[in-house]
Amino acid sequence: MQKHQYEVVVVGAGGAGLTAALYASKTASTAVISKLYPTRSHTGAAQGGIGAALGNTEEDHPEWHAFDTVKGSDYLGDQEAIEFMASEAVDAVYELEHMGLPFSRNPDGTIAQRPFGGHTNNETGKPVHRACYAADRTGHMILQTLFQQSIKNQVKFFDEFYALDLLIVDGVTAGVVAFELATGELHIFHAKTVIIATGGHGRVWETTSNAYAYTGDGVALTMRKGIPAEDMEFFQFHPTGIYRMGILITEGVRGEGGVLLNGEGERFMEKYAPTVKDLASRDVISRAMYLEIKAGRGIRGKPYMYMDVTPEVVNHYAEIDGRKNPDGSPYRVTASEILTKLPDIIDFCETYIGINPVTHPMPVQPTAHYAMGGIPTNKYGEVVIDEKNTVLPGLYAAGEVACVSIHGANRLGTNALLDLVVFGKYSGLKAAEYSRSQPYKELPKDPEANAMEQLNSLREGKGGENMIQLASEMKSVMMDHVGVFRVEEGIQQAVDKIREIKGRFKEIKVDDRGLKYNMNLIEAWELSNMLDIAEVTAVSAQARKESRGAHSRDDYPERDDKSWLKHTLAWLENGGVRLGYKPVQITKYKPKERSY
Amino acid sequence: MQVTLKIFRFNPEEDQKKHYDTFVVEAEPSDRILDLLEYVKGTEDGTLGFRRSCAHGVCGSDAIRINGVNRLACKVLVQDMKSSTIVLEPILGLPIEKDLIVDMEPFFDNYRSVLPYFVNEDPPPQKERLQSPEERERFDDTTKCILCAACTTSCPSFWVNEEYVGPAAIVNAHRFIFDSRDQAGGERLQILNDQFGVYRCHTIFNCTDACPRDIQVTQAIGEVKKAIVKGKLD
Repeated sequence: MQKHQYEVVVVGAGGAGLTAALYASKTASTAVISKLYPTRSHTGAAQGGIGAALGNTEEDHPEWHAFDTVKGSDYLGDQEAIEFMASEAVDAVYELEHMGLPFSRNPDGTIAQRPFGGHTNNETGKPVHRACYAADRTGHMILQTLFQQSIKNQVKFFDEFYALDLLIVDGVTAGVVAFELATGELHIFHAKTVIIATGGHGRVWETTSNAYAYTGDGVALTMRKGIPAEDMEFFQFHPTGIYRMGILITEGVRGEGGVLLNGEGERFMEKYAPTVKDLASRDVISRAMYLEIKAGRGIRGKPYMYMDVTPEVVNHYAEIDGRKNPDGSPYRVTASEILTKLPDIIDFCETYIGINPVTHPMPVQPTAHYAMGGIPTNKYGEVVIDEKNTVLPGLYAAGEVACVSIHGANRLGTNALLDLVVFGKYSGLKAAEYSRSQPYKELPKDPEANAMEQLNSLREGKGGENMIQLASEMKSVMMDHVGVFRVEEGIQQAVDKIREIKGRFKEIKVDDRGLKYNMNLIEAWELSNMLDIAEVTAVSAQARKESRGAHSRDDYPERDDKSWLKHTLAWLENGGVRLGYKPVQITKYKPKERSY
Repeated sequence: MQVTLKIFRFNPEEDQKKHYDTFVVEAEPSDRILDLLEYVKGTEDGTLGFRRSCAHGVCGSDAIRINGVNRLACKVLVQDMKSSTIVLEPILGLPIEKDLIVDMEPFFDNYRSVLPYFVNEDPPPQKERLQSPEERERFDDTTKCILCAACTTSCPSFWVNEEYVGPAAIVNAHRFIFDSRDQAGGERLQILNDQFGVYRCHTIFNCTDACPRDIQVTQAIGEVKKAIVKGKLD
């Protein structure tokens, strides 16, 4: 067993973790541990853009961005944090550009921007060009740029180290226990502060845009230490995943003029969102697709729709909508412009389904995409552990794993990448600042004992349960009953099923007994994380008897501000889940009906 | 349809020597090779070692040799294969850790040696640095690199001498050398003018064929060579 000591230990090396490390390492000794090589992180799969009211193409204001985010959140987002993020956004994007990020450019040399769902001109209600992009590879460019700068700034990385346990002594952060994949050795990281930036957990569902690595490690890690998870019932289904595969087709496709068509060739979003149509927010569109499919209007009766970005169709609807270019001329696209702006989408479709989107529509269905919920934090990334927002000293969380909450019940496209860099930055700065004034907390006697015990019970298990089978039962019940639409009996079935699987998990069989790259063991651990996440998600969803944002209940179809304008907190306790609630922070945007 | 997978195996903890295990699996033509690896690990042999994450060709974890050529396991489908026997082996030129997993450190060492980061020591403007769409287009191709190592480990010059920085490192140098905002192009050209730099490239084009992002790797190397000879950038 090896011991290390760093003032700041960052767990996870995607957009949030790398940003946190870049800022923390300016003034504090900092290490990053990550189960993946940093450039493998899922930030790299983000496509369409990062939101900031630069106003490079047309009038825009951070205040509009803030309002759109509040509205997109279905009023569950904390408004002080949202206003903070929207006002930080502009500088955050310039800062990325100064780090060398190769944004696409306008003819005048400024950063190019495109429209995105739910982002509007607050005076006209029409879509606004706010998503700063690099073709359809914006996340890739952000991840690469942050990694490049980490090399330049000599950030210390422990690649392929998997965090198993968080050390908290007398209510204060003391470090992390991690497992080195290459050797199977345990490492103790003695730290003054820990920043958790491990990303999301879309792998809990059957159809997902998320990487294999997205197994909710950070939330599970903190829940096992008595820290609650916030708003876990809110999980975003992105409307356009490739049919049956779930691979993401960016909302940028619709920003460039693409439209969704049902089996009758009808642009159905006109019925559900008459003003912004295909650029409504994601929860609204995913629900509309399900309703269309339920009414028998899927393509050839099957559960998918067409996402059409062929120039003929784009230009046809652009003409009907009267869409204009910034110079006032009618908006029209050519095949080569589509190719330049969406090269990766075209590549994915050609590779996986043999379709060229420039000439044929893409078959799409909603795909599990993004966790609005997660580890509760304030706007500085400090983890808060109860209804009164009490800070746990030395512990921070940022990015998808965290719930600030800026996304509330539904995240707007482009706000995830923004979240990473804004809250990654502030958690890094705050952790370094805390480290300057605080001593190291003494480690417990056997810091690795807890992790070791859990590892051994997995490694030495004699049962015959197959983990792939258990995972597939979990994914399937979550997809069927805790997906886009939910109803009491279904959620109850899911809760029961998850608990049954958790019981069977104790009899799980791990084939690999070795030390070197024992991926089998890691996957078993990941599955135990996902089962905790699934249980907390289902129980939180069952309790919330209203429909808000991504949480849509057939049996309670209306939003109920009187009873439910509050955040859920869920603790893993006594083999079950205990729920509590805390108020939503409201500044100047009073809740009102939400329509697009 | 039935597919026969011949998978390279080596676990230094147990095996004296390298060998192949054969698995016959049911597959759909649209299955990814990665799906088959997952199936084998999940149902036949949990000890099988390979890396993967995004499963759609953007994270760069799962570069392996598929019937002798470097590919991402998540970007090749069963229907793309010419035979129903598929041989899966680790990429060449890097030390084997376990089964299909290789030690990536020498690869990242080479990458880090070419200053693969933006350098501009002037105080930044209040807003963005301006760059025309044409200037941006000049280095677009090489911004796509995902550091999967498929190119470098397909290169015979790298197999012969792993001190050769390799195609991926040169691609990443190119990305900055031709960026109008960057100021360290000269330094990078000097680094690549070294005996282990660009002149190890003998334009065999394996790298270009191997790149899962369709980067014109050999062309990028050629452009760097030309810039060194001319002592300046175009």
